[in-house]
Amino acid sequence: MSETAQPTPATDERIKEISGLRRALIRPELGGICGTVLVFTFFLLTALDSGMFSAQGVLNWSTVSAQFMIIAVGACLLMIAGEFDLSVGSMIGFAGMMIAIFSVTLGWPVWGAILITFALCVSIGALNGFIVIRTGLPSFIVTLAFLFILRGFTIYLPQTIERKTIIGGISEAAEGDWLAALFGGKILGGLFQWLGDAGLIAVFERGSRAGQPVVDGIPMLIVWAIALVIVGHVLLTRTRFGNWIFAAGGDAEAARNSGVPVNRVKILMFMFTAFCATVFATCQVMEFGSAGADRGLLKEFEAIIAVVIGGALLTGGYGSVIGAALGALIFGVVQQGLFFAGVESSLFRVFLGVILLGAVILNTYIRRMITGER
Amino acid sequence: MKTVLKSLALGTALVAASSAVHADGHGDLNYVLVSHAPDSDSWWNTIKNGIALAGEQMGVEVEYRNPPTGDLADMARIIEQAAASGPDGIITTLSDFDVLRGPIEDAVASGVDVIIMNSGTPEQAREVGALMYVGQPEYDAGLAAGQRAAGDGIASFLCVNHYISSPSSTERCQGFADGLGVELGNQMIDSGQDPAEIKNRVLAYLNANPETDAILTLGPTSADPTLLALDENGMAGDIYFGTFDLGENIVEGIKAGTIQWGIDQQPFLQAYLPVVVLANYHRYGVLPGNNINSGPGFVTVDGLTLVEEYAGEYR
Repeated sequence: MSETAQPTPATDERIKEISGLRRALIRPELGGICGTVLVFTFFLLTALDSGMFSAQGVLNWSTVSAQFMIIAVGACLLMIAGEFDLSVGSMIGFAGMMIAIFSVTLGWPVWGAILITFALCVSIGALNGFIVIRTGLPSFIVTLAFLFILRGFTIYLPQTIERKTIIGGISEAAEGDWLAALFGGKILGGLFQWLGDAGLIAVFERGSRAGQPVVDGIPMLIVWAIALVIVGHVLLTRTRFGNWIFAAGGDAEAARNSGVPVNRVKILMFMFTAFCATVFATCQVMEFGSAGADRGLLKEFEAIIAVVIGGALLTGGYGSVIGAALGALIFGVVQQGLFFAGVESSLFRVFLGVILLGAVILNTYIRRMITGER
Repeated sequence: MKTVLKSLALGTALVAASSAVHADGHGDLNYVLVSHAPDSDSWWNTIKNGIALAGEQMGVEVEYRNPPTGDLADMARIIEQAAASGPDGIITTLSDFDVLRGPIEDAVASGVDVIIMNSGTPEQAREVGALMYVGQPEYDAGLAAGQRAAGDGIASFLCVNHYISSPSSTERCQGFADGLGVELGNQMIDSGQDPAEIKNRVLAYLNANPETDAILTLGPTSADPTLLALDENGMAGDIYFGTFDLGENIVEGIKAGTIQWGIDQQPFLQAYLPVVVLANYHRYGVLPGNNINSGPGFVTVDGLTLVEEYAGEYR
């Protein structure tokens, strides 16, 4: 990944000549880039005047893609390190419910509720990793267990404490909270107001908000997604720790022999995945003002799908955060775009499946062709 | 590469085909109905039949959208998305006020007419700026059922809740308990949605609490397996059994005397009426002055013939 350190003499016989084109083609992101171009072309042709590419429409699929991105970054790094986590979806529901219980039921300040929830969830991630390392069981089994454990608590705790499974009132509790604004707020409001005033984007036509732009800022959810993608990408490709992640997922034994702390890397990646799930949950809770026991169902698969479209191998050791981010973008755009394209709702899953399959096949095909893998 | 191009071509062809179906003359008005139901919930078929018939009769286009897993945060995105696609009207459930109010208010503010159906209350519908509410107030329906059961001499019950993550489900059980004048306590169980699990949980509960007077189920999803459970432990016809909603098996149960009554909130009307109301409002500017209560209506063994004929389809 990062072997562009110093210029070498052109005649060095130890270095194999690789053309620039070929080097570009073996990058794991390639499939994701092609998929993104194809998907956008498809929707520009079929759904151009449906509102999908109005400011409101763009914000809609960007937000959904950003959600996928947040959990895909964690899932991607973990998968490159050779493990995966099926408890992501349950963790989202659990983290949201913890924030609600601490802030609404127990009346803690929201920043305190968020911090303790992060600590709790990241510890559960560490526990996941610890059990996988200690027992040598596949992460599939261990995290499957946590899928049920966490979902169970997410239903049981509010049901026992409040006799209901949706706890609301978080918006009121979060009013003026400095940390809550970091997850639920919006930025660049002034810019959008200006765009609205200038007639460049749609504004509300009636009611108490007439004159305000329909899109009044970039949600922090999107900011978090971009930040996590950048941090993940830099970590993976520009640091020694990034090499350790590849090594741990490629051949753990060889990596151990050459001094890579494989166990520590894997546990840290489980913690990071839990962290991403908690970011997702916190943004969701702050946006919607309530936590529900059914939040995050099946999100673990959506994260894995995004990562796989993005070119990572299920077996570990190969992949890229940018690819996963593009995978998330494709997934979000396809899922939302099919609504705009006017596809019958019962058929929309068929299209989703076909396009996902197409993207993955394209991905694998290109990689095999280029790398000579069989 | 070829495979991908082929599948994309197929996709384009199918999209073109489906939009061709839409563009067959009618459809100067288009509406989107958004529900909170997961894909697995068969009760919503009646809703789909209702909007299909209304769309046909009124000559408008109506699309049905739902979050596949029943995740309400996903539902909020669907409403935002529906609003962005610029329909003439949105018909939506309001199953969680906190989650859905923002997207609905935005839709109203951007000039889309909204009608709330099924879940929510008339007050909440007014608060989000909807034209009206069409449905059955859940707590009141549960309360009415509880009062009816109290009149029949019931003192304890089991509420089989198959959709515990929706607040309106709990309101039904709570209303029933209040109608009876007893504490809800542990009389409500989270049954899950799988029929075998529901059946066995009901069996286990009745086994552990043999003094239970009555069972309340919240729809066909939980009523059908409960019927099987009662057949198995021999309590069918012996225990007082009331249910929300109708379905083929529920109607059979009422006919057989196993089920005392079904509370019909008339999903057909919940889907059909908003389409009719919106179409007439948009074409002629006429609008009923009040909300419409589609239920509760108690369906008992009297007058079952029509109900039976259309159970699961229009009832």
